Amino acid sequence: MSATVSSRDKADRIRQYEAIETGYHAVRWNEPVLYEMSRQGSENQLVSEAEPELKAEVGDVLSSIPEGMRRTSLPAMPEVSEPEVMRHYLRLSQQTFGYDTGVSIGLGTCTMKYSPKVNDQLARRPELNELHPLQPESTIQGILALMYELRSWFCEIAGMDEFSFQPRGGSHGVYANACIIRAYHRSRGDFKRNEIITCSVSHPCNAGCPSAAGFKVIELHPDKVSGNIGIHQLRAAVSEHTAGLMITLPYDTGVFDSEVANYVEVVHKAGGLVALDQANFNGVMTRLRAGDVGADLMHFNLHKTFSTPHGSYGPASGAIGAKKELRRFMPVPLVKFDGQTYGWDYDLPESIGKIGSFHGVLMNPVKAYAWLMSMGYEGIRQAAEWAVINNNYLIKKLLEVRGVGIAWPNRAKLQEARFTLQQMKDETGIGSSDVDRRIPDFGLQTFFTSHEPMIISEPVTVESAESVSREDLDLFVETFRRISEEAYSNPEIVLTAPHRCAVHQIDPGPIQNVNRVIGTWRAHIKEQGGSAESLPGASGQ
Amino acid sequence: MTDRWVHRYIPNSAPGVREAMLKEIGVESVEDIYTEIPEGLRYSGKMNIPQHPAPEADVARRVKSLLSKNQSTEDYLSFLGAGCWPHYVPAVCDEIAGRSEFVTAYAGDSPTDLGRFQVIFEYQSMLADLLEMELVSGPVYDGSTACGDAMHMASRATGRSELLVPATASRDRMSAITNYADPWLKITQVGYHSDTGLLDLTDLRRKISDKTAAVFLENPSYLGFIEPQSAEIASIAHTSGALLIAFVNPASLGILTPPGLYGADIACAEGQPLGLHMQGGGGGLGILAASSRDRYLELMPSFVVGMSGTSAPGERSFAAETVHERLVYIARHRARSFTGSSSWLYGITAAVYMALMGPAGMRRLGEVNMQKANYAIRRLEGIKTLTVPALKSTPFNEFVVNFDKSGRSVEDVNRALFGRGILGGKDLSQELPELGQSSLYCVTEVHTKDDIDRLAREMEEVI
Repeated sequence: MSATVSSRDKADRIRQYEAIETGYHAVRWNEPVLYEMSRQGSENQLVSEAEPELKAEVGDVLSSIPEGMRRTSLPAMPEVSEPEVMRHYLRLSQQTFGYDTGVSIGLGTCTMKYSPKVNDQLARRPELNELHPLQPESTIQGILALMYELRSWFCEIAGMDEFSFQPRGGSHGVYANACIIRAYHRSRGDFKRNEIITCSVSHPCNAGCPSAAGFKVIELHPDKVSGNIGIHQLRAAVSEHTAGLMITLPYDTGVFDSEVANYVEVVHKAGGLVALDQANFNGVMTRLRAGDVGADLMHFNLHKTFSTPHGSYGPASGAIGAKKELRRFMPVPLVKFDGQTYGWDYDLPESIGKIGSFHGVLMNPVKAYAWLMSMGYEGIRQAAEWAVINNNYLIKKLLEVRGVGIAWPNRAKLQEARFTLQQMKDETGIGSSDVDRRIPDFGLQTFFTSHEPMIISEPVTVESAESVSREDLDLFVETFRRISEEAYSNPEIVLTAPHRCAVHQIDPGPIQNVNRVIGTWRAHIKEQGGSAESLPGASGQ
Repeated sequence: MTDRWVHRYIPNSAPGVREAMLKEIGVESVEDIYTEIPEGLRYSGKMNIPQHPAPEADVARRVKSLLSKNQSTEDYLSFLGAGCWPHYVPAVCDEIAGRSEFVTAYAGDSPTDLGRFQVIFEYQSMLADLLEMELVSGPVYDGSTACGDAMHMASRATGRSELLVPATASRDRMSAITNYADPWLKITQVGYHSDTGLLDLTDLRRKISDKTAAVFLENPSYLGFIEPQSAEIASIAHTSGALLIAFVNPASLGILTPPGLYGADIACAEGQPLGLHMQGGGGGLGILAASSRDRYLELMPSFVVGMSGTSAPGERSFAAETVHERLVYIARHRARSFTGSSSWLYGITAAVYMALMGPAGMRRLGEVNMQKANYAIRRLEGIKTLTVPALKSTPFNEFVVNFDKSGRSVEDVNRALFGRGILGGKDLSQELPELGQSSLYCVTEVHTKDDIDRLAREMEEVI
């Protein structure tokens, strides 16, 4: 009895506090699942019927489908009118927090920056959208010229000799580089090199992709004081089995490993190759070139540094760069130019072949090209400086917040920074996942905790790109400060967050247990014993 | 340094901000921070790229001028398919795909990003209905990488390491699959009947063994025909303890038996027909699905969105399952497959497409594609020196035209057609030399009767 009263009191307190304190509420539509809007018997009018004469000539084509291959019942998809479809998805877009929506500084390692609208518009033009990938080269001189020019710019920016835009994401690019390393050693008849060295503060794909390519992966860990891997640890890992070193630079902690040139030397001396993951390139753009570090291979994420939008999680582009000695192993086709016309270069007999379909996500090179032109060398140099200034300002200010600490405090960070809320957790019971759920109540994007392994406890990883204003940085810090105050004075409100979003705290049970995941509407119906009446997770709360 | 904004995309580049912020940080200059990069590595040279920021108007002019040097399928009457197909894209697809919230979101959690999670849940749900599969992954990179993921799932599920593939599969797709297979699986080709293209079941029975992880079936095949032996192929695979992986065309699923009903354990597809512009092949969307959650979710390497309740009674939420070893983010050096930012905006677009089409629309789409391909065959088979269809089996929306009797090469014919404003089919003579001078023609709902009549007329003249 008393428990019920006190929880109602608590709810009232939270409600009153909320109304006064944040003054924000996210769009909340309680939008049904499309299946609940279905009306049977729709007649679709988007695709025209075949012409009567044509139909008369071919007859009933469906009866020509071989026995057993003719679909006997319509798919159980929802039937919804066009205005309802439009409204439904428009509302769901409103319940999605894009970079354009508000402050997204929280998503460290993601390089959330402004994606210029003109670039999106240009990339939607029919001269790109309506191209078929197998058209004669004479009909695609425009896109080939653009890609060739962008490739040349990237060679300058990265200090490399060739680029491919075929990979459809950062991990896909790292995988392509792992395949190239594999092909290189095999081409020399060197089959004993089956180990790739990486480190735990590199993006997980630097361990996962070489593993997927069949390598044994050795994972090193950063030094507790410097945040570097350290030459001794690397030397101990290198052997006649070393195929290569694949690391992110700067690391996902924001630390720039100041000994990297020594690693490259040691790995090269041992006969291995070096592939740098330059997903974290934003802060070092024009200040560091992978080629100068000695990298044989590298990649850029066009959807990060080069502003092509993240698309709710792709389509992305991991543009891979290679030194000329490795060009012959790159995916086909590359773009070539004979001084007069552009073409696809398939003439790479030692190529790893294809790593995906056709030529990659072509709209992304177009957007990256437009962005680089809008920025120019001066602009990208400024952008990098501003990313560094913004991040270090953010670090300075966030460390003034009670309960917030930072990993490797003695190192200035060149990209994102990894903080720890261990002190706050010890003193209040509120940890990073709690604060993360509270942030959106103030109208800001959530933050990224950390990739695995979580070597920093109660982690918070944030990153500011150049397109963020000082006011936005201050707003983020101020929000953090208020949540910290709540943690110390009114932890309940943080523990029960979010309060002012489209939805409350998710029940993790059906999400985090692979045998309980309800990934389709039909699975939901099955779970409910065939009825759509009750909702998953609604009972037993 | 300046009394003007340095750049329109950099708000802090307004006058005075830099000095104030550097002061807060406690450094004189940003160079003090860049000392983190050892001096020998710090780049200070020139770069041969555009030096100065260009105004938006100049950028627009330049990019438009470059793109205007392209001629697209809007300028030519095109019959190219072969893995990227021309289909009508409804206006609502473009409208939603252009919503800035979806375009610029990335990696927020359900409180902020509920919308994109719900759309992907609906994407998974509608594909489950089209494919008749219990489990559907969130979007993966493209059709080829989806095949690679499917292959690893099968290999891990069976503990086996050989994949049997039809010799009619596309060389490019096989190249990508071969990369993904290396060094885990051996890929072995299974022969086909030269008159029909259909899989040679005798050869399949000869090659299948207790090493076979899966039989890979394309239906419709790369060469366009419907494989009527699908259920039998599934049964042969299952009898040997192998799985059936079916690669299907989603545009066909309104009229063709879905893979889940002929025994496919894993289905994959190129999702580009579902409302995505061809974009020179850039519109690729990988579809990956499986027949059982309990058996296959643990092996699926990509994000899957699930529905759940919340702390508020009766409320629903959606989020991606992210805590298991199946994902590279957790598995790291133990990973055998990988994922990353992968085509979600295309998945959102495909959901809108399926929602607009509904079951009746998908059925009409399939039927009209088949009618028009059939009509094109009828028109072309009237030309005596052509063999159409070169493979005597039932086509969906692509079919093979053979030019051997005409004594002309595909290259030659395509050049002549090109001169008349037509992009002929994909030249197969290098890829599948045993088919002679053959070309793969694609006809879909975007082609009118007049378009097809024009092709037949011009073909007759150039032959």
